[in-house]
Amino acid sequence: MTTAATDRETPPFAAAAREAALTAAVALALTGPMIGLHAASQATGLVIETRWPEVAIAVALVFLGRFLLALLGRAFVWPVLAAGLAVAGGGLFVPFPNALLKAVCVAGGLIVALRAALMLVRPRMTAAARAKPALAARWVAPAAGAAMTAFALLLPVMPFADRQLLDLATLVVIYILLGWGLNIVVGLAGLLDLGYVAFYAVGAYSFALLAQYFAFSFWEALPLAGLFAAMFGVLLGFPVLRLRGDYLAIVTLGFGEMIRIVLTNWVALTRGPNGISGIPKPSFFGAPFARSPPEGTEAFHQIFDLAFSPMHRVIFLYYVALTLALLANVFILRIRTLPIGRAWEALREDEIACRALGLNPTSIKLSAFSLGAMFGGIAGCVFAARQSFISPESFSFIESAIILAIVVLGGMGSQIGVVCAAVLLIGLPEWFRELQDYRMLAFGGLMVMIMVWRPRGLLSHRDPTVRLPAARETPP
Amino acid sequence: MTGAPLLHVEHLTMRFGGLVAVDNLSFEAREAAITAVIGPNGAGKTTVFNCLTGFYPPTVGRLTLTRGGEAGFQLERMEGHRIAREAGIARTFQNIRLFPQMSVLENLMVAQHAELMRASVFSVAGLLGLPGYRAAARGAIDRARLWLDRIGLTERADDDAGNLPYGDQRRLEIARAMCARPALLCLDEPAAGLNARETAGLNALLLEIRETERIGILLIEHDMSVVMGISDHIVVLDYGRKIAEGKPAAMRDNPDVIRAYLGQEHGEAPPC
Ligand SMILES: Nc1ncnc2c1ncn2[C@@H]1O[C@H](COP(=O)(O)OP(=O)(O)OP(=O)(O)O)[C@@H](O)[C@H]1O
Ligand SMILES: [Mg+2]
Repeated sequence: MTTAATDRETPPFAAAAREAALTAAVALALTGPMIGLHAASQATGLVIETRWPEVAIAVALVFLGRFLLALLGRAFVWPVLAAGLAVAGGGLFVPFPNALLKAVCVAGGLIVALRAALMLVRPRMTAAARAKPALAARWVAPAAGAAMTAFALLLPVMPFADRQLLDLATLVVIYILLGWGLNIVVGLAGLLDLGYVAFYAVGAYSFALLAQYFAFSFWEALPLAGLFAAMFGVLLGFPVLRLRGDYLAIVTLGFGEMIRIVLTNWVALTRGPNGISGIPKPSFFGAPFARSPPEGTEAFHQIFDLAFSPMHRVIFLYYVALTLALLANVFILRIRTLPIGRAWEALREDEIACRALGLNPTSIKLSAFSLGAMFGGIAGCVFAARQSFISPESFSFIESAIILAIVVLGGMGSQIGVVCAAVLLIGLPEWFRELQDYRMLAFGGLMVMIMVWRPRGLLSHRDPTVRLPAARETPP
Repeated sequence: MTGAPLLHVEHLTMRFGGLVAVDNLSFEAREAAITAVIGPNGAGKTTVFNCLTGFYPPTVGRLTLTRGGEAGFQLERMEGHRIAREAGIARTFQNIRLFPQMSVLENLMVAQHAELMRASVFSVAGLLGLPGYRAAARGAIDRARLWLDRIGLTERADDDAGNLPYGDQRRLEIARAMCARPALLCLDEPAAGLNARETAGLNALLLEIRETERIGILLIEHDMSVVMGISDHIVVLDYGRKIAEGKPAAMRDNPDVIRAYLGQEHGEAPPC
């Protein structure tokens, strides 16, 4: 709110203080009723408690943060860096009435310090240095991919890998698979699909129902789950893919809800909201993971002469999910460089130009939609195997939103970006379950932060799918 | 010099509600010839292109494309993407429509989608990297390189198309259309926004395309140095109606044309 004109007249500290005071006043108006007044239920009934110290601290923190940022805008870089670190450090030791305020204080101090540090670093980057990342990205992405793959492969033998962690890792891998699938539709083909969870549900229920009614095993059901989901993709795609942008988003959203409602209400087939339980776990090529296998079969631990451990099953499921994800990754990386992959991206860039070049938009969209759906279905099948129990509740709109957030935050079209975002959005919230309700707050804050700093996603760099090779010698 | 008849437009009419954008227009374009369509703003030139390339279904009219003695394609009955792929009409747009976040080379590869798709056999041969597909991909890159050389953008093949300067984007759009191996190339104001040197380069490029590829070129253009300099035949539109047609020299002296359009810019036209 300070203009350049007032800057010239007032000394910088006063201007910054005034800006901060204004922000603090807004904060006071907001926090006063929202934090200051608290309805608590006591024996006598509902009473209103006041929490003025918290309000005061919150307003003070806002003032301080705004003040430091305003000073930063006036080129006091070093003092702000020091002050930011001091606030963050001090926040760790000063007692706060509330853990959240402490977290805000520490995080805020760190953020201010980080911004100051960035300002110190940035001007030193010359044009040459800035051109470098493009070159570096050519080998950074494969190297990072290889490192992540190695880590993922070794995870079960790491000392800290307990059952809970592996179970969580399996879930993260499932979401990575979902993210990659949706990435084809949203990131590459540019079709905003808000009902992706429908294909996830189709995959999961395909396996659950096939197992329940026809005693299919995981391995028999897996390809069928992918196929059914792809077929649903085509079925849905035909009528809706002529719609664009927002309209497509709304229709797919409706479709996602429809599937869930059908699953809830078709009680005769799906047992409705009670869900389906007893979904079998994948066997080790026919050998079950059971302490006492059924007559005539040999269990995994007997074949390998190991002591029975329930961990085997968890580790195996993790590897199954990981293998499927890695296969999907290879497949997607490869298909991106094929004409169909380039056509997806061209369609995202300009549909009219595509038509003028002889590309059939409907069939190209349909291929993206159904391939994405197929990966959703495969992920659903693995999910059903992990849970052993599924119900329509697992496939609500929030799932679609989370998968979409993974794709968008990761950087549309980026494979590694999806991995990072999936770890961030699925792994961390589960880890920090102790934070309880603040978990979702932190989750939202994280999303806002990513959108502010990296509006095009964590990793938005795109490498061309084909490069012009050096000219070949033409024989005379 | 010019070849056999390629495109017949007969009684083309396009109405938007009450507005008649194109009114009973008939003309012909030949192989290995540059046919210019000119006229004041709003005369209906772009609408003719949109009818030809299947973006608008014409209200009335027959559009026939005949390639080298084959049975003709009835364009008014075909979908846009089939017109491009089967009949072989490629176009550029008045407001450039490249794939801005894809590289220059990728833009040219997308133009060869149909051939590469056939070679990749539902992407299976492509996924497996079979030799047939690899050879087709190499061929497509070679063709792209040929056109990059012709438009002088070989150095920038791996840059994003959206980062090119304006004039380069215009040339790239022409090259992309040519990579689709068209029988008829439709250019909607290719010289718009180019400086004099770039315009001269464009003239040379279009003449080269006419000589080496021997395809028909339909050219919408306001810049008289282009129209008078390189076209073999000119069709003049005004309010959707054809008011004159003939050789460039005849057009610059036609009183109707001067009144409708050339009058203001006649002085800029170079002697031809
Ligand atoms: N989709 C449409 N709906 C309604 N009217 C249209 C549509 N397209 C074009 N028109 C109208 O048709 C007339 C001819 O437009 P057109 O774009 O073909 O002109 P043009 O000759 O290409 O002009 P310019 O030289 O400015 O490009 C204009 O009056 C325009 O407003
Ligand atoms: Mg026009």
